Amino acid sequence: MSERPLPLSILIIDENRLRAAVIEDGLRDAGYDRLTVVHDVVGIARKIAETAPDVIVIDLENPNRDVLESMFQLSRAVQRPIAMFVDRSDQASIEAAVEAGVSAYVVDGLKRERVKPIVDMAISRFNAFARMARELEEARSQLESRKLIDRAKGILMATRGMSEADAYALLRKTAMNQNRKISDIAESLITAAGLLAPPEE
Amino acid sequence: MGKSYEIVAGFMPLLDSAILVAAKEKGFAQAEGVDLTLVRETSWASIRDRMAVGHFQVAHQLAPMPIAANLGLTPLAAKTIVPIALGLGGNAITVSNALWAAMVEHGARSDLDPGAAGRALRTAITGHAKSSSELLRFAVVHPFSGHNYELRYWLAACGIEPDRAIEIVFVPPPLMADALAARTIDGYCVGEPWSTAAAVAGVGHIATVKAAIWRSRPEKVLGVAAAWAEQEPGALDALLRALYRAAQWCGAAENHGELAEILAGPSYIARPVEWMLRGLSGTLAIGGGATHRTEDFFVPFAKAATFPWKSHALWFYSQMVRWGQVASASGNAAIARETYRPDLYRSALKPLGVALPAANAKVEGALLAPTPVGSAGASLTLGPDGFFDGALFDPDRLDAYIEDQRR
Repeated sequence: MSERPLPLSILIIDENRLRAAVIEDGLRDAGYDRLTVVHDVVGIARKIAETAPDVIVIDLENPNRDVLESMFQLSRAVQRPIAMFVDRSDQASIEAAVEAGVSAYVVDGLKRERVKPIVDMAISRFNAFARMARELEEARSQLESRKLIDRAKGILMATRGMSEADAYALLRKTAMNQNRKISDIAESLITAAGLLAPPEE
Repeated sequence: MGKSYEIVAGFMPLLDSAILVAAKEKGFAQAEGVDLTLVRETSWASIRDRMAVGHFQVAHQLAPMPIAANLGLTPLAAKTIVPIALGLGGNAITVSNALWAAMVEHGARSDLDPGAAGRALRTAITGHAKSSSELLRFAVVHPFSGHNYELRYWLAACGIEPDRAIEIVFVPPPLMADALAARTIDGYCVGEPWSTAAAVAGVGHIATVKAAIWRSRPEKVLGVAAAWAEQEPGALDALLRALYRAAQWCGAAENHGELAEILAGPSYIARPVEWMLRGLSGTLAIGGGATHRTEDFFVPFAKAATFPWKSHALWFYSQMVRWGQVASASGNAAIARETYRPDLYRSALKPLGVALPAANAKVEGALLAPTPVGSAGASLTLGPDGFFDGALFDPDRLDAYIEDQRR
């Protein structure tokens, strides 16, 4: 009976703590419990020496990637040569990673089938995180728009004695005529009202 | 213009991205039918990766990077060629105020003289070793960079062994001045405006500059994905013509004000206009309120500054061997030599009728004064290009040069 190999040791470097947590969760759920997460590359050489990672996952936009790669080449702390991905011919996987903003380094000599699930997990979690961030941004801007429209309606109701429904209809008609968003019209109206308002006492 | 070419280029926020930026912003690319998109990146590794997967067809690169990629020394390396350089010079070596004070005690002067500064540093290092068990730490931007090699060249020529007397570490350019202020490092070699950043903030003193260590020294190049260049020769030719015209514009002193404004903008370097003007004019604020003007500090156009000399490629290769990054082998030398493509430069620029060097390589360091040289078309002047220690690099005697440097 052959012994089950120890799960690979993984180091996650991400300045974005939330995203790092999302990736960590995914890997833990998949049974990778030898995980180290760092948010800062200060002292990273020692960390690498201590944890001897088989795989390092770092966000592609991290300005310290050159520093990390230099360490693989020169530092005495990192003994083993590490290269991005196991198999350079796996172009699709490399493209997916770069698209997602993930960069991964793998100890030379590791088998592709042991590393691929980790890289794939990191890619899918990066993509999920980007989608979440986008949705959050959309929700935030929708909320902003609704507030603006409410204020603009209030101004029209107070200054022109309109009903709420009429005020909204006017904003909507103006937006359609000018081919702009209702929230843009509302914003212009609020600005204009601010300029035209009688000076406060 | 008939055909239109879409080209995406990656760049790093450095003064020597100027030629690419001017090609886009001043319409030189458009005039050649090139729709040029520039994408600012955060690391050289990211530029390399995005070129490998085809996001970028071309990129602003450290000159040794494409050579290292073709030699298989970097991860995810796709074959890259160099059909044009992006200027000469532009770097400086800056030290902390404390180290500068020690160097001044031992004869360093505020004239950026590399010999005097190096001798002073050597004595300062000896003094430092008496009071501390930690080595002085100098930062460069990348192992395969002109910065790494010129720092090491300067130290070695001044009797300082780079791998024993000090420690060399790596820091991204925009973070250098902060690392110096935080005392994480004692000195660094970087491209502008990141030495000016330390000098104006009062956290460091410029000790010497690239142009004083080796005048007219190569620095950044345009790395081009070899596969793309083969598929789209027309697009590459158009881009090279646009970059040549852009370099010409960048080289004219009367344009420096406008160029500094453009580079200082939020999509490019996003730092004060005044910082850009320092490197463009060569009059650096070197620290302690002093300024010093260096002739040929950054040369975007004159002296055939965009020509991809094979002797430059071979010199970088000789330094890779010198510092143990690659084995000395004739096959490796051939890969370095073939990375640079002066043939593509000439064929693209021929229709412009401008002065083009007739040779592919030259003896580096041989010209002590500006010298007219044989060229196709109009006249061309090269040099001076001396090394501060008086050495010569003859690409035909590559092995002898490598052997000499082992001593």
